[in-house]
Amino acid sequence: MLLEVQNLRAFYGQTQALHGIDFGLDVGGVTTLLGANGAGKTTTLRALCGMLRTSGDIRFEGRPLNGRATEDIVRLGIAHVPEGRGTFTHLTVEENLRLGAITRRDHAAIAADMERVYAIFPRLHERNDQQAGTLSGGEQQMLAIGRALMLRPKLLLLDEPSFGLAPLLVQELFEILRRINRDTGVAMLIVEQNVTLALDLAQHAYLLETGRIVIDAPSQKIREDETVRRSYLGY
Amino acid sequence: MHLGLPPWAVGGAVAVALVLPLLFKNFLVFQLTLVMIYSIAILGLNLLTGFNGQFSLGHSAFYAIGAYTAAILMDRFDLAYYWTLPVAGMACFVFGFLFGLPALRLEGVYLALATFALAVATPQILKSSPLEPFTGGVQGIVILKPDPPAGLPVNADQWLYYFTLAVLLLMFAGAVNLVRGRTGRAMLAIREHPTAARLMGINTALYKSLTFGVSALYTGIAGALGAIAVQFVAPDSFTFLLSVSLLVGLVIGGVGSIPGCIVGGLFVLFVPNLAEHVSKGLAGAIYGAILLLVIYLMPSGAAGFARLIWARVSSRALKPSVTEGRTP
Amino acid sequence: MELFLHQVLAGLATGGIYACLALAVVMIYQAIDNFNFAQGEMAMFSTFIAWQLLQWGMPFWAAALAAGVVAFAGGVAIERIVFKPIRTASPLSHVVAFIALFAILNSTAGFIWDFNVKTFPSPFGSRPLLGSGLISTHDAGMIVVTVALLAFLYGFFRYTRIGLAMRAAAAHPASAQLVGIRVGWMMALGWGMAAAIGAVAGMMIAPVVFLEPNMMLGILLYGFAGAVVGGLSSPGGAVAGGFAVGVIENLAGTFVPFVGRELKLTIALVLIVGVLMIRPSGLFGRTVVSRV
Repeated sequence: MLLEVQNLRAFYGQTQALHGIDFGLDVGGVTTLLGANGAGKTTTLRALCGMLRTSGDIRFEGRPLNGRATEDIVRLGIAHVPEGRGTFTHLTVEENLRLGAITRRDHAAIAADMERVYAIFPRLHERNDQQAGTLSGGEQQMLAIGRALMLRPKLLLLDEPSFGLAPLLVQELFEILRRINRDTGVAMLIVEQNVTLALDLAQHAYLLETGRIVIDAPSQKIREDETVRRSYLGY
Repeated sequence: MHLGLPPWAVGGAVAVALVLPLLFKNFLVFQLTLVMIYSIAILGLNLLTGFNGQFSLGHSAFYAIGAYTAAILMDRFDLAYYWTLPVAGMACFVFGFLFGLPALRLEGVYLALATFALAVATPQILKSSPLEPFTGGVQGIVILKPDPPAGLPVNADQWLYYFTLAVLLLMFAGAVNLVRGRTGRAMLAIREHPTAARLMGINTALYKSLTFGVSALYTGIAGALGAIAVQFVAPDSFTFLLSVSLLVGLVIGGVGSIPGCIVGGLFVLFVPNLAEHVSKGLAGAIYGAILLLVIYLMPSGAAGFARLIWARVSSRALKPSVTEGRTP
Repeated sequence: MELFLHQVLAGLATGGIYACLALAVVMIYQAIDNFNFAQGEMAMFSTFIAWQLLQWGMPFWAAALAAGVVAFAGGVAIERIVFKPIRTASPLSHVVAFIALFAILNSTAGFIWDFNVKTFPSPFGSRPLLGSGLISTHDAGMIVVTVALLAFLYGFFRYTRIGLAMRAAAAHPASAQLVGIRVGWMMALGWGMAAAIGAVAGMMIAPVVFLEPNMMLGILLYGFAGAVVGGLSSPGGAVAGGFAVGVIENLAGTFVPFVGRELKLTIALVLIVGVLMIRPSGLFGRTVVSRV
């Protein structure tokens, strides 16, 4: 198991947002976190990265993550593409990508990875000297994912990658994600509102409701089970 | 954000304030009067910074304008001291509004810098030759302490204290009213999210300039009172250091807290003296150390601290064993 | 015409001081996204340390280097001890922290070394340059040092990994954390570098204005003016801005009738506000586009 989470509780100040959730992720696997707004999906990703007060057990490759600073967790190989993308708006596209690899020392491999990202996202290559803040929403999303890939992560956390993107673009993006997972073997934990696409990409899914996991099943089963689909996912 | 204390606290504080001058010696009464004057000045800054989110390191300029207006009116035109206050207030409102207009386009540190420059330039302008016939140049102007109205059993210092107290209560009440009403909400909206405020139809440009004007008015009236209390105005009394003191008072009292201004006034008047008592040579260093200690222990100022204590006392918080998310 | 040239050159000479200080101001602004109002005091303190080392017999360049190193360490220490604990506090609290720092440094310097004026030697000598009375060897040396520093910083921020990491950490600390940058240490590094640059500025300025605890007060405003006029995101702009402020101050003082010594600082006010009206990001600054 790449990631094992047991009895995770998370707090924003005095408010408890996660009430003891358990889940896991295999090496190279794709898992999706579903749920309505406010269910705790983004909170879960933040908790994994040490951005909140938490209690419980989080293990990555067997190593405990509790109490570690965000930057140390990242250095272990977890790349987080947050809500809002976190682009360095005043830096160029290329500088943003370079920053993704800032903790790595293998310069030749970094250059190769940069080429690879440009190959996956040709539009970024066209705009590589442009200030990142002037990019469109879709391009910033690509940039954010590209930057995450520059880390050569073992686990990629994606928070609503489809947010604010035109439907055609979202299809394209998910295809790209599938390819990345297949070619590089990076595991993915995707928080998504677009249930169809998410279930299509992921092997396993969790449904969160007000800070608790109410469904824990392979995506196939969820798609086949009509009652579950109807009552929880609305279709 | 707390706009005022519960009525019993206000009543109690006013009662205490009324009694104090009868208990203490003249010099302490004078100092307490100055505390109130600083509190009004800090309230002016609070309206601008705490509620409207605009920065100012230049309020010493408005204090100076208020002070000089009062001094010139009393010395050259024989105007009674109580009339100088509204005139000073109006003059400062105009200056503040006019300064606020171009300053609208500046944000954050840039505005800080522009106001900083204003503060530094003010003593120089006051000393300059073209203005000397009015300002008295480097020597400044001396004015006489007003006498208490005939028949009242108080001396001049005590009278000035009560007069200042009355002005303070009036102005604080005015501020509470302002902040609670529509204007206050508009100011807060502008502070929190200027773009959204504009989209909601709030004329941010007008509000920002008006706020600057009102803020200057408050500090200007404080300046006028200050001139009357100290009986003297001179350019070097109104340097950048005064602006700094006002800002310190604001932060110590608690940004956005109206009662906090009084704590700020107390701090600004008494703590530097305290520091000097501890060590004459290192007074500044001790003052600085106290400042650091206060902002470390009470990051939201005295008001925030009071709120924290109140919350702890009146509720029970859950404390599971947790690991904190770390700050870098 | 000759008077004009004369004043321009003299302005460049004083402008060198402002440029040096402006560079330190922009340096720290890049690192912490805020103005350090105690910059001048830190520079002054470091210069006193150099002076003390010179009094104890150290050769000039050794003393200067030592002072720079001490300044660097001091800057890092100040960030870790004073500013890290209040990192999450409001910007106004930060301003008060700067004020506290200012008071502490000024008072301590006066306490240790008293307020009497001292002379500080220039490594460049103060002979007139090339025989003309307009600009001395020291002034020229100061300009050279400032430009060299500038070149170093430009290269550092633009081409090195750590420079890029610092820029990222200053502008978007949360995002920087997510790429693994240790944001806290980047800030500490920024402070250290700014302190060291400030030390250099102080040692360049002291021979001209003489060393005493209040020596930086008048100059600091000009340094800020230069930094703002040039644009806070541009070290080159800051230096150019510093020179510009020096020249304009001199020209205005000479050619504009009612501006005597009295109103020189007012010029800085007019300058700053004027430039910011027209170009809110300074003459060379980059406007940051943010989509709502």
